[in-house]
Amino acid sequence: MSATIERREVKAEDHPIAPYLRMDRMPHIWCPTCGIGTVVKCYATALGEAGIDLDKAAIVSGIGCTGRVAGYMKLDAFHTTHGRALPFATGLKLGRPELLVTVFSGDGDLVGIGGNHFIHTARRNMDLLVVLVNNFIYGMTGGQNAPTTPMTARSSTMPFGNFERPFNIPHLAASSGASYVARWTCLHFRRLTQSFKEAMQRKGFRLIEVIAPCSTLYARLNKLGTGLDLMRFYHDNAEIRHGADTRELDIDFQGRIVCGKFVDQERPTFSEMMDEHYRQILGDRYRPMPPEGGMIHGQD
Amino acid sequence: MKEYRRTRRRRDYESGERRMKYWRKPLDFDRIKVPRGEVRIIVDRCKGCAFCVEYCPKEVLVMSEEFNRKGYHPPKVVKTGECVNCNLCEMICPDFAIFSVEAGHNHQPARSGAA
Amino acid sequence: MKTDPAGVLTGTHYLDGDYACGEGAMAAGCRFVAGYPITPSTEVVERIARRFPMMGGTFIQMEDELASMAAVVGASWTGTKSMTVTSGPGFSLMMENIGLASMMETPCVVVNVQRAGPSTGIPTMVGQGDMMQARWGSHGDYSVIALCPSSPQEAFDLTIDAFNLSETWRVPVLIMMDECVGHMTEKVVIPSAAEIDVVPRKLTAKPPGQFLPYQSNGNMVSEFARAGDGYRFHATGLTHDERGYPVMTAECQEKCVRRIVDKIRKNADKIVRFEERRIEDADVVLVSYGITSRVARMGIEMARRQGVKVGVLRLVVVWPFPEKRIRELAEKVKAFVVPEINYGQVVLEVERCAAGRAAAVPVAHGGGGVHDPEAICNAILEAAK
Repeated sequence: MSATIERREVKAEDHPIAPYLRMDRMPHIWCPTCGIGTVVKCYATALGEAGIDLDKAAIVSGIGCTGRVAGYMKLDAFHTTHGRALPFATGLKLGRPELLVTVFSGDGDLVGIGGNHFIHTARRNMDLLVVLVNNFIYGMTGGQNAPTTPMTARSSTMPFGNFERPFNIPHLAASSGASYVARWTCLHFRRLTQSFKEAMQRKGFRLIEVIAPCSTLYARLNKLGTGLDLMRFYHDNAEIRHGADTRELDIDFQGRIVCGKFVDQERPTFSEMMDEHYRQILGDRYRPMPPEGGMIHGQD
Repeated sequence: MKEYRRTRRRRDYESGERRMKYWRKPLDFDRIKVPRGEVRIIVDRCKGCAFCVEYCPKEVLVMSEEFNRKGYHPPKVVKTGECVNCNLCEMICPDFAIFSVEAGHNHQPARSGAA
Repeated sequence: MKTDPAGVLTGTHYLDGDYACGEGAMAAGCRFVAGYPITPSTEVVERIARRFPMMGGTFIQMEDELASMAAVVGASWTGTKSMTVTSGPGFSLMMENIGLASMMETPCVVVNVQRAGPSTGIPTMVGQGDMMQARWGSHGDYSVIALCPSSPQEAFDLTIDAFNLSETWRVPVLIMMDECVGHMTEKVVIPSAAEIDVVPRKLTAKPPGQFLPYQSNGNMVSEFARAGDGYRFHATGLTHDERGYPVMTAECQEKCVRRIVDKIRKNADKIVRFEERRIEDADVVLVSYGITSRVARMGIEMARRQGVKVGVLRLVVVWPFPEKRIRELAEKVKAFVVPEINYGQVVLEVERCAAGRAAAVPVAHGGGGVHDPEAICNAILEAAK
């Protein structure tokens, strides 16, 4: 017992994030130096600062390390099948239009198996906030190659280095029709929180990609140290270039990471276009689904 | 190893209990009060990632030699009184194991979140 | 509860099975449909796409069947009655999320207008080869309810029943139509809204904080809380406890999955439905479903005229299978004759239940057409020997 330590009996409930977490499920399962917890803290802070009604906020996750976020946040939370978080969220949003739905999932889940749903949901400009945590690997299953793994990086299914070209996610989202696209790293937590807040006040398909350190797999398999070493790497190699051309945002192995807000263009959402179109064509005959949803209450 | 040479001489300006070095005296020096904070550490949640130690702008923390219940080394405050309540540690900690409050607070959370 | 009149097209109509099914969904209060075009089921969603904007419903054509089923499960969690429609190849794709719906105990309806398979098969022609898949298609242990209409009128009626069953038991309910019934045009009588009873979503009355999303209430079915009402619940496809939180232990698996399976298995008596004719003196019982049951009528007449005492048991609810009734009949009859437009699926269930006390004779047809009544008659004559 050291006398120099300034320690009081600090209760877990005193942490400012406590109202947003399922405290009965703490501690979480993420590894030491994993960045997902940081993203969750930024998201929770943004929820509070943006004044979002938490009863109307819903969160949908897929499968994977980031997919576990739904299980830890104290909102109406759904942990769905691999890759299908986006269409599930589409159904949730269309079934009760007043909900504010966030999709929180990983790179493999959203642009790997979920790639088709990603481009179509962006194309429709579905009113969803999508937080894509990119650790360049399939973490939960033990470190396999992901559609975002940079060339030459090693993974358990590419033991001699990756030779497949990875996705440039902001470019994919922007070219599919997303109305808000940003990329940050876990280190840029203040700008990330700001980005979350800004996106929460927009409508349409809003994508925020967050580069996060994966120490147990990506860093270890590529001999990059721990998550802290990756954070130091982000510190030295992240460039902030707002409005950069999304075609230039590729990430090479241990190459520069361009961050910032790339697309912020308000466009009508799927629901707005549907409403407007039907009103125009059907006039008074059109009966839209009410914001409280399509549930029919007792009619006797 | 080359030594970094300062191009301007820094002077000491005192304000209350603080001495800070500036290259020139800020115009609102007498009006601004630097916040003071206290670090609170939920020791058994820490997984020893050292993000807070690395990025605290006032270098208030170091990794301790002690172990918590899970076998990790939690951080400890070594520069008592230097915390400025910037909440960086709170934001960056992936394990929700550390936060700061305004100095003088008695076990109250810094901000009450929506219930 | 009476249904919302906005969806009920009261009157006497001349509709095909697909359109009748769509009308049934709208009459039942379905207000969200996500679908993907696939022959021969596309007409269902075409009808719905045309009528939904007038009654506060939302139809969305998704990018594939996987997304359609996922969207249906998502929409159902808002309390909205949801449905999707497909055929064989799409049915295979939807299995993953039918499993999710079963695990999360989400009420929803999936219509499979069967066609000749396997794989792409004959897209425009009849088959009945998905019957076992309906029960066992998704991985793991779970229960579903499957209904089998044999006429457009029944397509309308059973779709309403399907929604009611899914709300009562919180399971995905499958309507196993076939292409013949789907594309057959007949008289369909749609009653007034006041005559249609629907089961509403059973929302919990407990306040948030006291509500446990997966706490069995008496008959193994838990109460529902919908997203956006402040309950802040968690629903997951992982094995979970009563709070909905994932727990990775064998004890939790036993508790969670056993209840999901037993929910239907132990309540089968309340769900099973079939129609019997001329069973009392029968030596041979013909077990059939869907379009085959109509073709079989001719075969039965031909056999009766030749002196064979044959009765018919037409399955309306195929899953859960009417095990008890088959076991009873197996004591009394010589054989069951089971004509199906597949190479033997439901006949295996009949054989299992008969347990050797009566023969189970399949009359197979690969698909692409219906049975020749003579083939059915011959099978009955053979079985009677």
